[in-house]
Amino acid sequence: MELRKNVRISGGEVHVQGEALFSHAEKDFRSFGRSLYKYLGISYAKFYKMSALSQLGILASEILLKDYESSVLDPGEVSLVLANSSSSLHSDAIYQESIESKPSPALFVYTLPNIVIGEICIRNGFRGEGIFFIQENFDKEFIFDHAEELISSGRSTLCLAGWLEIDMEGDYLADLSLLM
Amino acid sequence: MELKTYLENSSIISPIGWDTSENLNSVLQGRGGIKICKDRSLSPEDLPVALLDWDELGKRFLEVSGKENSRHYTRFEKAGILSVNEALKNSVLDPADPECMLILSTTKGNVELLDHPEGFEKERLFLWKSAEIIADFFGIKSTPVVVSNACISGVAAMLLGRKMISSGRCKHAIVLGVDLLSGFIISGFQSFLSLSKQACRPFDSERDGLSLGEAAACLILSRLNGEVELLSGSTSNDANHISGPSRTGEGLLLAIRSTLRGQEMPGLISAHGTATPYNDEMESIAITRAKLSEVPLNSLKGYFGHTLGAAGIVESIINLEAMKQGLLPATLGLSSMGVSGKINVSNEIRTGKPDTLLKIASGFGGCNAAVLFKLLPWN
Repeated sequence: MELRKNVRISGGEVHVQGEALFSHAEKDFRSFGRSLYKYLGISYAKFYKMSALSQLGILASEILLKDYESSVLDPGEVSLVLANSSSSLHSDAIYQESIESKPSPALFVYTLPNIVIGEICIRNGFRGEGIFFIQENFDKEFIFDHAEELISSGRSTLCLAGWLEIDMEGDYLADLSLLM
Repeated sequence: MELKTYLENSSIISPIGWDTSENLNSVLQGRGGIKICKDRSLSPEDLPVALLDWDELGKRFLEVSGKENSRHYTRFEKAGILSVNEALKNSVLDPADPECMLILSTTKGNVELLDHPEGFEKERLFLWKSAEIIADFFGIKSTPVVVSNACISGVAAMLLGRKMISSGRCKHAIVLGVDLLSGFIISGFQSFLSLSKQACRPFDSERDGLSLGEAAACLILSRLNGEVELLSGSTSNDANHISGPSRTGEGLLLAIRSTLRGQEMPGLISAHGTATPYNDEMESIAITRAKLSEVPLNSLKGYFGHTLGAAGIVESIINLEAMKQGLLPATLGLSSMGVSGKINVSNEIRTGKPDTLLKIASGFGGCNAAVLFKLLPWN
């Protein structure tokens, strides 16, 4: 297994392979995420309907997959192995607020952490293995071991693996790697 | 070399039983746990759901924890601890063995504390914290792992347990699935208009939605020989829609094909069978496309409701235990077939000697999963 590319998104900054790619003065995710979206030149209207966690996942995966022509990949052999600490609690709190007035299905669907896996799969047509772990801290070795097994067993040719977190205060951290 | 993974013991805590055999007997007698709930803190209108008996659960927990300790645990943690405790009763496993790990499958854990913290600290909302509390109760030394993949969580957790054992990273895995109902979860499913006005009716022509249920179920997986082997499994994604199943069943078909590659045909299929119009239709199409139309199939949602993170584990255990007796559980709630794919489903208990079980599941986020079990010959 080889790490082909890593992206880290946190506190208004984006680093690819440790080098600064983009930064934005407004660090809160709503503002930062939109400006990164524009910077990347993505045109995907659904993005604006997603939870912050799903947006973070879409942004990180777009950066990693930029140089990979998805048409050359077997969609059934692209896998996602993700983890975070807060699950979907950021979205859960927003949905909880909506219950009093009118519970919203558009908010409720994002109260599951694995929805971001679905969003990345829909965006790219990926159909392979997917799993979402909840860990107190990013256990990179555990996540990469899981990805390694998918790749070495031949189930997966490409795996997006790592950490995607939005905590209840709105602080965010993506540390996602493209493994082959 | 890949090591084999066996089922060593199990437990189910649900509205129709406090251990595996009570639950199995209820299912074999056609007794379901879905009842009309009038509790307005759960639902603004009367709703059929399968709720645990919380007074009885509290009493049983007291016996396990002692009076002083009981109040330190949330409902979710209590249900999980009771289930693991039950599974450990007849097990040779020492949970303090450093090569034993806990894998928790849940979608929402303690989410009800968001609205009613009841004096518990905020940290209790975190799923890893729930797993840590349950692991600590039993003196489990390794860091627990939490899998949260919507309605396939239970199957994904069993597959993870197999992976940890087959790769030699642990000797025993306690795979626990728990989800409880709260206003949070029920209002969400109501907002999707996915709940039935009656006890759910899987695969029936008049099915109009699912029924939710509460359960905690535990499987002990081990490297040591057991009566059932966990042979293979896979997950996949529809890449189609985050809240609706694919019309073609393509994603589920992928997971089934990958699971059955190089394996024998299953003798019984435990379907997800939630009784929503789209899920059951999609499953019937995937089964037909996988050329499994003739294989006996059931859905157990009519007995337990949809128990979310526990569902895959509950339904695997019941079917495997019934198979040991040469029985194939009936699909409660079915009266006339209402799916376009051809499936071999019945509302009566059937007899037979299948020795392989295919469990399938699908969920929000377009995820699908399949796992294959085998009863070993000396049964």
